[in-house]
Amino acid sequence: MLGYLLRRVAATLPAVAVVAVLVFLLLRITPGDPAAILAGDAASPEQIARIRENLGLNEPLLVQFFIWLKQIAIGDLGESFYFKIRVVDLIAQRLEPTLSLALLTIVVAVLVSVPLGTLAAWRFGGWLDRSLMGFSVMGFSVPVFVLAYILIWLLSVKLGWFPVQGFKRLSDGFGPFLYHLILPAVTLSVIYIALIARVTRASVLEALGEDYIRTARAKGLRESQVLVRHALANAAIPIVTVVGIGVALLIGGVVVTESVYAIPGLGRLTVDAVLARDFPTIQGLILFFSLLYVFVNLLVDLSYVVFDPRIRY
Amino acid sequence: MLNNTNTDGGGFGAPPAASDTGCAGGQNRSAQRSRLSQAGGWLKGKAAVVSMAGLALAACALTLPAVVKAQEKVLNVVPHSNLAILDPIWTTAYMSRNHGYMIYDTLFGTDAKNEVKPQMVETWLVSADRKVWEFKLRDGLEFHDGNPVTSEDVIASLNRWGKRDAMGVAMYSFVDRLETISVNRFRIVFKEPCGFVLEALGKPSSNVPFIMPKRIADTDPFKQIAEHIGSGPYTFKADEFKPGDKAVYLKFRNYKPRPEPASGTAGSKEVFVDRVVWNLALRDGQAGLSALIKGEVDILEQVAFDLYESATKESAISVLKPTIGLQYMCRFNHLHPPFNKPEVRRAALASFSQEAFLRAQVGVKELYKPCPSMFTCGTPYGSAIGTDVQSKSNMKLAQELLKKSGYDGTPVVVMKPTDLMSITKLPDVAAQLMRQAGFKVDLQAMDWQTLVSRRAKKDAPAQGGWNMFCTAWVSPDIWSPINNAALDSRGEKSGWFGWGEDAKLEELRAQFLRATDDEGKKKLAEQIQSRAFEVATHAPVGEFVQPVGLRKNITGLNVSGLANIYWGIRKD
Repeated sequence: MLGYLLRRVAATLPAVAVVAVLVFLLLRITPGDPAAILAGDAASPEQIARIRENLGLNEPLLVQFFIWLKQIAIGDLGESFYFKIRVVDLIAQRLEPTLSLALLTIVVAVLVSVPLGTLAAWRFGGWLDRSLMGFSVMGFSVPVFVLAYILIWLLSVKLGWFPVQGFKRLSDGFGPFLYHLILPAVTLSVIYIALIARVTRASVLEALGEDYIRTARAKGLRESQVLVRHALANAAIPIVTVVGIGVALLIGGVVVTESVYAIPGLGRLTVDAVLARDFPTIQGLILFFSLLYVFVNLLVDLSYVVFDPRIRY
Repeated sequence: MLNNTNTDGGGFGAPPAASDTGCAGGQNRSAQRSRLSQAGGWLKGKAAVVSMAGLALAACALTLPAVVKAQEKVLNVVPHSNLAILDPIWTTAYMSRNHGYMIYDTLFGTDAKNEVKPQMVETWLVSADRKVWEFKLRDGLEFHDGNPVTSEDVIASLNRWGKRDAMGVAMYSFVDRLETISVNRFRIVFKEPCGFVLEALGKPSSNVPFIMPKRIADTDPFKQIAEHIGSGPYTFKADEFKPGDKAVYLKFRNYKPRPEPASGTAGSKEVFVDRVVWNLALRDGQAGLSALIKGEVDILEQVAFDLYESATKESAISVLKPTIGLQYMCRFNHLHPPFNKPEVRRAALASFSQEAFLRAQVGVKELYKPCPSMFTCGTPYGSAIGTDVQSKSNMKLAQELLKKSGYDGTPVVVMKPTDLMSITKLPDVAAQLMRQAGFKVDLQAMDWQTLVSRRAKKDAPAQGGWNMFCTAWVSPDIWSPINNAALDSRGEKSGWFGWGEDAKLEELRAQFLRATDDEGKKKLAEQIQSRAFEVATHAPVGEFVQPVGLRKNITGLNVSGLANIYWGIRKD
């Protein structure tokens, strides 16, 4: 296992390095001058040129690249052009909201979708199955912001049950933390419920057709035991994979939800950094996201051992 | 903003908010049920009601721990944009300017009648030859760190501002030296009489000559300051500042307001709340309005035009229109064909019907007005003199002018920012009108940040340059021939993009800089405007106001339109 872990980590290094180089180069190719953005609308061309110089943007590309590499080597992602804060600190500030939202979303999604998907497979072709399929189509089709506006209007503005916007840190108390996070998590979970429920249904359906299910039934096991212990357990690997990918996607890409609910997370930071051509922040974020993907994938791979004892690393 | 900190009046904090959530007590539950039934005629069936009631109870339970909190008066504001740069001299960004007004004070201010009034200055004297100006500071002025404001601080602050701001640079071109007379008196000695000293020192918009402690003001003007200490009505809570999340300001208890009533950026800067929180995370217009209606925020700096009508129908909030608005402007690049010829620019100008721009971009009749003046209608230099080419424009005239100009069909590259909703439709209208006049238009879509980078390029359009872009200016930034950047006609030395060149215009502007009587200035401004329309420096394409939304319990909001200002506000 340890050998496998080391091999996997070693294998990710070239991928992360390629990502780093590509991001660095792509940002320099993309039109847009951070200095012009920082200087403001009424700044003169001379003032913009002066700011470019101060930011080190007049240095040759290779020099800029090596300066950045040197910083990364000592674990420093540099300082944001735009926010004038260390990129590491910026990411740290924004990590809690995003991570909280992602995890709660996945918890809600899994709690709802796995039982639904399992039941739909069990009652294949019945009303539950058809309803779930209908819901899935809707869940995939309704844009997140539309759903968010509807939920805000109904549950926040009209009924007053939840706040319209904002985020509370765990340090403010678990109650406030959860209270502010429920609505965004429910909004965001709809698409994941649709996705995970479909995958669960398909996997369980496949498992239900296997010989060992017939054997289990022949042995007189209750249907719930057949479903949970035998069908669901054997269908777990695709589900876990989708959940893992979901977590990674949620951490990197919940811009719309973060914007509508005013959650100061990594998604919003990424958009702000791109719009401001804040090179150090974008580079830092992409590097962070790629490491996160690698880490989550690794966790997913390792979790296979739990669900399928035949797998050995 | 606040993302509802526990001390906020917002969703989670003080008792009024708690009752807003319907969770304060038994008497609210029946109201809750009544609201529930009103809200959802379609939510029929016991199951739905029971499950939603369950959710409500869960929500109530979660809010309970936070209900009882300190009764600090907190003003929750949703600004129009994010605050990232905290140095209002280093950048011209309006958010940085507004931050500046929170924590810094100014020597002079501009009142709601656009007149310059003393602020930190108590008295001032001008020599007979108008070359020596002596100023005395008010007693009791104090920085947030407890140190008194001295004339040395003032001189250092002005020196830094004079290297960055266009008007500051213009004023400093007249300055011989600045001298300290005593701790609270200083003098500016000019090489020749300068006609806009007070206008410059009291200018309300970017870059405002804010006064900082000398040790901070001595920072290289091209480097951002690292410490944020002023002598203004609020102190900045640097430890709570999270760009993209929130900025927090506390009432500065030692601030000594002027006795005159607050007006524009002048007069009393008395503060009636303990804390102001800017919600930098809430940038979705619809969500911002919902938060305002629900009472989670107190002030929404910008109510989107498409939400204006529905916002005015909400009983819990008021929607105010600032007195002075903004101007839309389309700017020609004078360096390259076809707009290197004034005749061609005039043809474009003639085709630009302001009503078309305003209807497309704003759409709400009561929020816009056509105004041909380059200096904003209703301000001292605003007039219709010399504006015939545009105010009486019609397509036939534009077509004739274009024909006479010898336009050879060179495509006009118009840059369109797709992500800046406040101006995104202007280039479409401009392109369509110019096409009708006979121009060949190449409308190029890009994000705003690409546009601001590209407009700095002097290359020909085919090599990545441009011919035209449109933008918007707040009135104080364009209401004088000195600070209206589009009138700077020094060719490639101009301080703004487009690089117009016209010796006559520059001569008139030079005279304006030296004019010292109001009547003379007004006449010169009229001549400058006439000449600017003759050579078509740029095209003003209409004025509009940006409505502000606020809760009904908020009073005293300054809606002069000069800047976003948060003193003088009461929260009942």
